[in-house]
Amino acid sequence: MISIFLKEVNEFLNSLIAYVVISVFLIGIGLLMWVFPDTNVLDYGYASMEPLFSLGPYMFMFLIPAITMKSFAEEKRSGTLELLQTLPFRDSDILIGKFLAGFVLVIFSILPTIVYYYSLSQLGNPQGNLDTPGIIGSYIGLMLLGGVFTAFGIFSSVLTGNQIVSFILGAFLCFFFYSGFDSLSGINLWADWSYYISSLGIMPHYTSLSRGLLDVADVTYFLGLITIVLLVSQFILGLKK
Amino acid sequence: MSISIKELTKTYGNQAAVDAISFDAHPGIITGFLGPNGAGKSTTMKMLTGYVRPTSGQALICDLNVLDEPIKVKRMIGYLPEHNPLYLDMYVREFLGFIASAHGLSNAKNKIEDVIQLVGLDREKGKRIGALSKGYRQRVGMAKALIHDPKVLILDEPTTGLDPNQILEIRQVIKTISKDKTVILSTHIMQEVESLCDQVVIIDKGKIVANDAIGNLKIGVEQGQGYLVTFEGSIDDSAFVNAGLELTNQGEHTFLIQSDDADLRAKILKVTSDNDFPLLSMSKAQDSLEDVFHQLTQKKTP
Repeated sequence: MISIFLKEVNEFLNSLIAYVVISVFLIGIGLLMWVFPDTNVLDYGYASMEPLFSLGPYMFMFLIPAITMKSFAEEKRSGTLELLQTLPFRDSDILIGKFLAGFVLVIFSILPTIVYYYSLSQLGNPQGNLDTPGIIGSYIGLMLLGGVFTAFGIFSSVLTGNQIVSFILGAFLCFFFYSGFDSLSGINLWADWSYYISSLGIMPHYTSLSRGLLDVADVTYFLGLITIVLLVSQFILGLKK
Repeated sequence: MSISIKELTKTYGNQAAVDAISFDAHPGIITGFLGPNGAGKSTTMKMLTGYVRPTSGQALICDLNVLDEPIKVKRMIGYLPEHNPLYLDMYVREFLGFIASAHGLSNAKNKIEDVIQLVGLDREKGKRIGALSKGYRQRVGMAKALIHDPKVLILDEPTTGLDPNQILEIRQVIKTISKDKTVILSTHIMQEVESLCDQVVIIDKGKIVANDAIGNLKIGVEQGQGYLVTFEGSIDDSAFVNAGLELTNQGEHTFLIQSDDADLRAKILKVTSDNDFPLLSMSKAQDSLEDVFHQLTQKKTP
């Protein structure tokens, strides 16, 4: 598992993927937070990192499937999956190794935004007037959300040998689980169930974490979703033999 | 015994790619695995390595079932797949380092250098795999299969796409390392089988049609000695029949002349010169492994 993880990380670093993903994310978020008139913090007037945490997921929705789309699709196409599966790895080793590599890349793209925290605390009036627990909670939420998106990306890559199909499917799954369930629950038809339907999705759990409320139920939701998606991927990987 | 296959079957839909085949392969012996394209060679090898799950039957590697102990079995196998998939973006040493860590080898650095020497990759060891020619990629594949000093080697067409010199070198490598290992190799090249293998298994349409030592296999279809004789223009073949020789027309004024006579050659020449037949060429008809292969795998084609 560790050797797969290291191989994947090396692959990210040796190709342009890692640099492109991290810089696109940071430039995008930087523009949204500080420059674009509709969303920037300076005009908004409150010392809050809200734009990062509300728009970050939408950037991840595209960036993470782009990171993970080749993880299995490419290996299948070039035949190297046979190489991996005939080395002494379990399918779960391969999956978890690749998942962790993607997840680490996501975390490394989030980390530099901690600088924003410092900038905002300097800008606050009085200085340091920030909702720190809320921001910590939001960071944890964003990382867990990154984890779920990575798992969905890996899953859609396991399904197909075509990277583009994998990307589109991954982006759709991320979108659907992030806001799809929430929107569906708004339909009047099943009003009695709307609470349960919306809590199937990521949004309510993410929002509750970003209030700085580390609820076991929410964290369990994220970790459980990651586990389920990876288990289903493992099952599908085993089926194709 | 190191490899033991019992009633191994793989079906895709209604079609049986491999149909209840059984054979054993022993240490120190190179087993050649032959068959036409699509006969099920690669599928069988993939089942041995645990990449493809058999529909029924079992494959044992060193008495371990591939399905029950996949990790242990994979540690004992060195496998060179048919199309030799490699990570083209990796450097040769980096790739072998990855393989070494996958096998959990200690002292990986030395082992990588050793295996690079063994397969003759010394000159190319600093290059990216994508920049290597096919022959050198094949060597990287061999190095990958050999680095952990496996008990069992499974080589799926190890010499395809190599130039004649490289073929000889790779064969030499296989021969050298096979002394204490069980080796199964599939190939289409009959000379390769004749020069390398001790045991031959021929399969056709998923079934075993021959499994024997290579010497026995050739004798089994031998039909006494004979010569292939070609004349310029048609001849009166009764002259040969009168001399007590068996004659088969092969077309194009070529005849296969056979008899149990020890001095067949002299007899043919005598008849030819007595009748002034315009002799063009004469060669000993040999039952090569190629003929054996044709006989065993062709006659069943509808």
